[in-house]
Amino acid sequence: MSPEPLVSLRGIRKSFGPVEILHAVDFDVLPGEVHVLAGENGAGKSTLVNILSGVYADFTGELVLGGRSRRFSVPAQAVDAGVATIHQELSLIPSMTVADNLFLGREVVGRWGRVAFAFQEAEARRILDDAGLDVSPRRLVAELPVSVQQMLEIVRALAWDARILVLDEPTSALAEREVDALFARLGSLRDRGRGIVYITHRMEEIYRLADRITVLRDGVRVATAPAQELSPDELVTLMVGREVTRLRRKDSAAEGARQAGAAGRAPALEVRALTVAHPLPELARAGRVVVNDVSFTLAAGEVVGLAGLQGSGASDVLHAVFGALGKRAWGEMRLFGAPYAPSNPGEALRAGVALLTADRKGLGLAPWLSVTHSVSLSSLDRFSRTLGWLRRRQERDAVAELTRGFHLSAPSLDAPVRALSGGNQQKAYLARCLMVEPRVLLLDEPTRGIDVGAKADVYALVRDWTARGISIVLITSEMEELFLLSDRILVLHRGRISAELEGAVATKDAVLAAAMGVDSGEERDGFFAARDRDGGLR
Amino acid sequence: MNGPTDSRLRGWLATPVARALLALALMLVIGCVFNADGAFFRWSVHRDMLRQVSVFGILACGMTVVILTAGIDLSVSSVLALSAVGFAWLTLPMGWPAVWAIPAVLVIGTALGSVSGMLVARMRIQPFIVTLAMMVFARGLAKVVSGGQKITNYVTGADGVAHLVPMPRIFGLIDSRVVGGNVSIVTLVFLACVLATWIILARLRLGRHIYAVGGNEEAARLSGVPVARTLIVAYALSGLMAAVAGICQAAQEMQGDPETGMGYELDAIAMVVIGGTSLMGGKGSVTTTLIGVLTIGYLQKILSLNAAPEATRLMLTGAIIICAVLFQRGRDR
Ligand SMILES: Nc1ncnc2c1ncn2[C@@H]1O[C@H](COP(=O)(O)OP(=O)(O)OP(=O)(O)O)[C@@H](O)[C@H]1O
Ligand SMILES: [Mg+2]
Repeated sequence: MSPEPLVSLRGIRKSFGPVEILHAVDFDVLPGEVHVLAGENGAGKSTLVNILSGVYADFTGELVLGGRSRRFSVPAQAVDAGVATIHQELSLIPSMTVADNLFLGREVVGRWGRVAFAFQEAEARRILDDAGLDVSPRRLVAELPVSVQQMLEIVRALAWDARILVLDEPTSALAEREVDALFARLGSLRDRGRGIVYITHRMEEIYRLADRITVLRDGVRVATAPAQELSPDELVTLMVGREVTRLRRKDSAAEGARQAGAAGRAPALEVRALTVAHPLPELARAGRVVVNDVSFTLAAGEVVGLAGLQGSGASDVLHAVFGALGKRAWGEMRLFGAPYAPSNPGEALRAGVALLTADRKGLGLAPWLSVTHSVSLSSLDRFSRTLGWLRRRQERDAVAELTRGFHLSAPSLDAPVRALSGGNQQKAYLARCLMVEPRVLLLDEPTRGIDVGAKADVYALVRDWTARGISIVLITSEMEELFLLSDRILVLHRGRISAELEGAVATKDAVLAAAMGVDSGEERDGFFAARDRDGGLR
Repeated sequence: MNGPTDSRLRGWLATPVARALLALALMLVIGCVFNADGAFFRWSVHRDMLRQVSVFGILACGMTVVILTAGIDLSVSSVLALSAVGFAWLTLPMGWPAVWAIPAVLVIGTALGSVSGMLVARMRIQPFIVTLAMMVFARGLAKVVSGGQKITNYVTGADGVAHLVPMPRIFGLIDSRVVGGNVSIVTLVFLACVLATWIILARLRLGRHIYAVGGNEEAARLSGVPVARTLIVAYALSGLMAAVAGICQAAQEMQGDPETGMGYELDAIAMVVIGGTSLMGGKGSVTTTLIGVLTIGYLQKILSLNAAPEATRLMLTGAIIICAVLFQRGRDR
């Protein structure tokens, strides 16, 4: 006899314009369970939970919550009914402070409707402390790195103490320790009888958390089963509908790089004494830096992984190499032996260096630009005749070919990117970086939010590019990915390189120890191991 | 139940162009109902509407470009006045031939636009503030050039005696009609501006850069788009269009009036947003602006044909702008 579900969705259909996305989907959440929603990019997972959280009101079918049929017209109603949601795309307001964001929509008001800012700030400090998140409530969200923003979203949703918690890929930018902390919290919520809906593309997360799994494929529910009855291979086959080959480590690239070095060929990229000032001018004037005297070389066809905790400066290194930080960064760089000092991203792109940032919504995509235009944006020179008249046919064909390689699924290539599912947006963003045919590729969380099948595609492509001599600097919060792809791993701690490890022999413990600067005896604990380094990528 | 054609039709109906066209069609239906004793069915009424709306339409083209970059250009009306005054001054008291006067005025308009663009792009001042300042400044400059007077063909000579000079032919030419008197020259100028803007936005690399900068400026910068240059060019284009409109205005009024065009910037903005172009930037097109121009043009014409009093006219225009924008937005917010 199973308990009464907290919420059940019955026969849900949802269309965008003339296209039906969800076809009569059933889904329910029991008290005290984690129900994982799995499926490929574009399967309809976010659409389904958006119906549950009141984002979409125009669907057919029934939503039963607390014993009666409901239909939310605005998200606030869902919140009132006890459904808290962490959306796939960050939904904090960048120009407001951390405290204001935490209390957004439920401001504590005093007499005359005045917001009790001081109270909110104190309360926010308490909430953040509880979560072990070392951020000042007064900081502007815009100044925080993506992963801290993602943790703020989580903290905000948890603070509502909702009966049903919906998490749509909450960990796509989080490192392992932060994920552990989140899971501990989710575990205790489950024990208190809350219902949790969890969407992720990370297999190990599914099996650590799930009580039940529902698989969606192309808007159809293909299975709902207890987690222990579904093996990982079965699950993947259900999701993708085809076999996915798993990639093994291969060290030929590193070998080739070493040979090239021995043969006296110039490395692809040489960075000497790179230093990046703090983004806040007053701290920068006081001499604070976020990257401190970093030097490394990158051979042709080599993949170097940059690892580090939040605030280690790894992302800043990539942005500096891309010329995106202007006068905040200094140091000496050489590209294939030639001096290289880009003063803006355009120069870096023309020199053959491309950057994929970790923040596709904030720094990557313009929501209304079509898929084609988004992908070709960095390569328009290639498609231009005199006066910048575009060869549109050629552009379309090139984009179509490239996106096919990623299995990008979109309503059409003329649809605005905002109509794509999160993972497909990431594929479009990746495609833009590749279309410039870079010689050095800087990747910050390249597989953020993309499904197992597409991940395998990306890994295969990385192999392919490196074999053709393209060099890659990689940041990823997924350890497995780091070890799988990197020839060498540089670990950063507080803006300095604290260790250099061979990819083939590196271990998780070694990377973590170096990332935490254990040598200097600075182990820290706390729920979320993030460090607010008073700054982000701006 | 829904056949494939049906669903394709529904898809098309959801596009901004289709919605803008529907709004225009609705306006035409209203015109047919309140046809002022059949006046609405005469071509001359439509021809006059097109002539009257052309100056606004030219401003709206430049405004579309600026709004797509997530900016605004409040200075167009003043640049129009300055250009009208400048054109009249160069051709009448100074006696320049039109082939010199026209390029000179266009250069001045473009230069003022570029200055706004520079302040927005390099000094990072908000477009609203920059162009508000430019609006006041250009109006002042127009008064300086004209000495606070309307510049007419009643010219004070070197001897200090005022006398009439013949009106240069260019004024009559711009204000004339072709194709058997059925189409005004200013309307053709307006359509040429629409075409030029369309080419820039839909066919040139510059257009892509404009959409990208308006859609997400930081993402555009990281994609290698020359953000500052794009912004400067956008405001320069708006200044250029305002100068074109100013020349047309001077020709139609047969004088250079420093007070002309007050408030035109608001009409231009209304025409752009009615078409569905977003003030947030990055979304819209000049095609829908053209439709927006016609919609407002017909609204004004129908109201004046039916002799609606000024007060009613203003209130109705306001209400209809809101309705049109709501209709345009539809359900996808
Ligand atoms: N606003 C929209 N307009 C049109 N189509 C949309 C819109 N939002 C989503 N879609 C389409 O609906 C489908 C399902 O999208 P959804 O975001 O639910 O996928 P998902 O399962 O969450 O994928 P991912 O794992 O990539 O996040 C996609 O094919 C997408 O193109
Ligand atoms: Mg999704």
